[in-house]
Amino acid sequence: MSLYNKIIKKSIWVFHASASPCNNCDIEILDLITPGYDIERFGIKLVGSVRHADVLLVTGIVSHKVAPRIKQLYEQAPKPVFVVGIGTCTIGGATFKQSYNRAGAPLDKIIPVNAFIPGCPPKPEAMIDGIVKLLGTLK
Amino acid sequence: MSKCRIPLGPFHPLLEEAEFFNIKVEGEKVVDIEMETGWMHRGHEKISETRTFTQSIFLVERICGICSTSHPFACVNAIEDIDNVEIPERAKYIRVLIGELERIHSHLLWVGLAGHFIGYDTLWMWAWKYREPILQLSEKITGNRNHYAMMRVGGVGRDFDNSLIPEINPVLDMLEKKMVMLAGAVNDDPVLKSRLKGVGILTKEDAINYCANGPTARASGYDIDVRRDDPTAYEVVDVKVIVTQNGDVFDKAVVRVLEIIESCHIIKQCLKAFEKVQGPIINKVKEISPGEGIGRYEAPRGEVFHYIRSDGTNRPVRHKVRAPSFSNIPTYKASCIGIPLADALITLASVDPCYCCTERSLKVFDTKGRRLEESLLKLSREKTKKIRKNFYADGVSPLERIFEL
Repeated sequence: MSLYNKIIKKSIWVFHASASPCNNCDIEILDLITPGYDIERFGIKLVGSVRHADVLLVTGIVSHKVAPRIKQLYEQAPKPVFVVGIGTCTIGGATFKQSYNRAGAPLDKIIPVNAFIPGCPPKPEAMIDGIVKLLGTLK
Repeated sequence: MSKCRIPLGPFHPLLEEAEFFNIKVEGEKVVDIEMETGWMHRGHEKISETRTFTQSIFLVERICGICSTSHPFACVNAIEDIDNVEIPERAKYIRVLIGELERIHSHLLWVGLAGHFIGYDTLWMWAWKYREPILQLSEKITGNRNHYAMMRVGGVGRDFDNSLIPEINPVLDMLEKKMVMLAGAVNDDPVLKSRLKGVGILTKEDAINYCANGPTARASGYDIDVRRDDPTAYEVVDVKVIVTQNGDVFDKAVVRVLEIIESCHIIKQCLKAFEKVQGPIINKVKEISPGEGIGRYEAPRGEVFHYIRSDGTNRPVRHKVRAPSFSNIPTYKASCIGIPLADALITLASVDPCYCCTERSLKVFDTKGRRLEESLLKLSREKTKKIRKNFYADGVSPLERIFEL
């Protein structure tokens, strides 16, 4: 595993799945790859298919309709895959705590999660920090 | 030619939100599009009934992260409409300032994504580069990049710091210059022109028939803008409504770019006024009396509508939300059918659809796939029939007997 970890630190491919968020975390994720923050300089890249991804970013409360799809996405991803829950919604549901359409909370009741990044929405700096901390745990 | 079905979504790299399009094609021609939504439903209207009026403002802010001041704006308008609350003049200017900052960043976001959709990633990066200073300004003024939490019933929550004016002016000047440059570059580029001109035309009749609003309607020559027609805070500034005639994707882009420049002018009017207009920023509202209120606001995508019914307690009894995309998205039926598949995506995206805003209601199906709403209606009618039998021997009420005669 050590060789894999050494390589993955230099080039992380990210897939982003929005599981009924308010859109805000999603546009902040897109903000990361534009010139303001430009995370491609760290080798982090958004990819089109979860089959190519090393990290799965999930935003939002997971609604009943999305939950099976999120599970499916996790199963399709090549292992090891790191799941990062972005935003307070994935942790405690934030303002949607009483929502009748909330499948499971926190997110790790549905799929295993490696890191949570709190905030509504988390600032782009916080997201970069979260990913860097996640990579710090790799040996 | 045989029909072919192309599924798009719900988790597709092009689509930032989860939605599902079922595109039917004949050769390269799109013949039909079916849309399935409901992935983003969170049940705001129901949660709102359990929250107080002030808490509801923070809840509706999270309907959509891009129009995150439009929904609270319409919501406070609706609550103020119940009691005819007047808001202080400085609060009006602050509301307009935040609303226009949001319009600028939302339109820039669309311009960038539209560039991304047609394979013009340079445009995406440039547009989002100019969006960043606006978000930083929002953070300086309100404390957060996207969810501003400025609206309150009777005014605004935070005062505007006048010392920020020298910081805001150069950013607006820069943005205005860059937008003129961008408009020129788009106009000069033959590739963009041939890619966008005459694509996905929505005629004025169709725009009216489908109840389109916002930039989608204005690009088709339908002159409609809530900021001018029914202002609640915008009467303090001059608003120039931008209307173009062709209704294609190119015109929708032009409307949005010109609206960014117009928004810069409106913000400058506000900044001038802040130096003169001092005073309170909120009229304290202690109680909301029983009644109904309607709030409208011109969100970046069109007219957002909130309806609130109060019974005199501190919670809304009913809170109805109608977002602009709800009536804008179905215009694809008029503009998308018959065009090549390669143009379908940019046409679908040209109305700036926001599915988080749209998905307000839920259909309930039972395990056999039948819709429960209809059977609820049936249950209700059957119960009336049953009760009727107990009261009248022949099952016909006196009311019906009158009409029979």
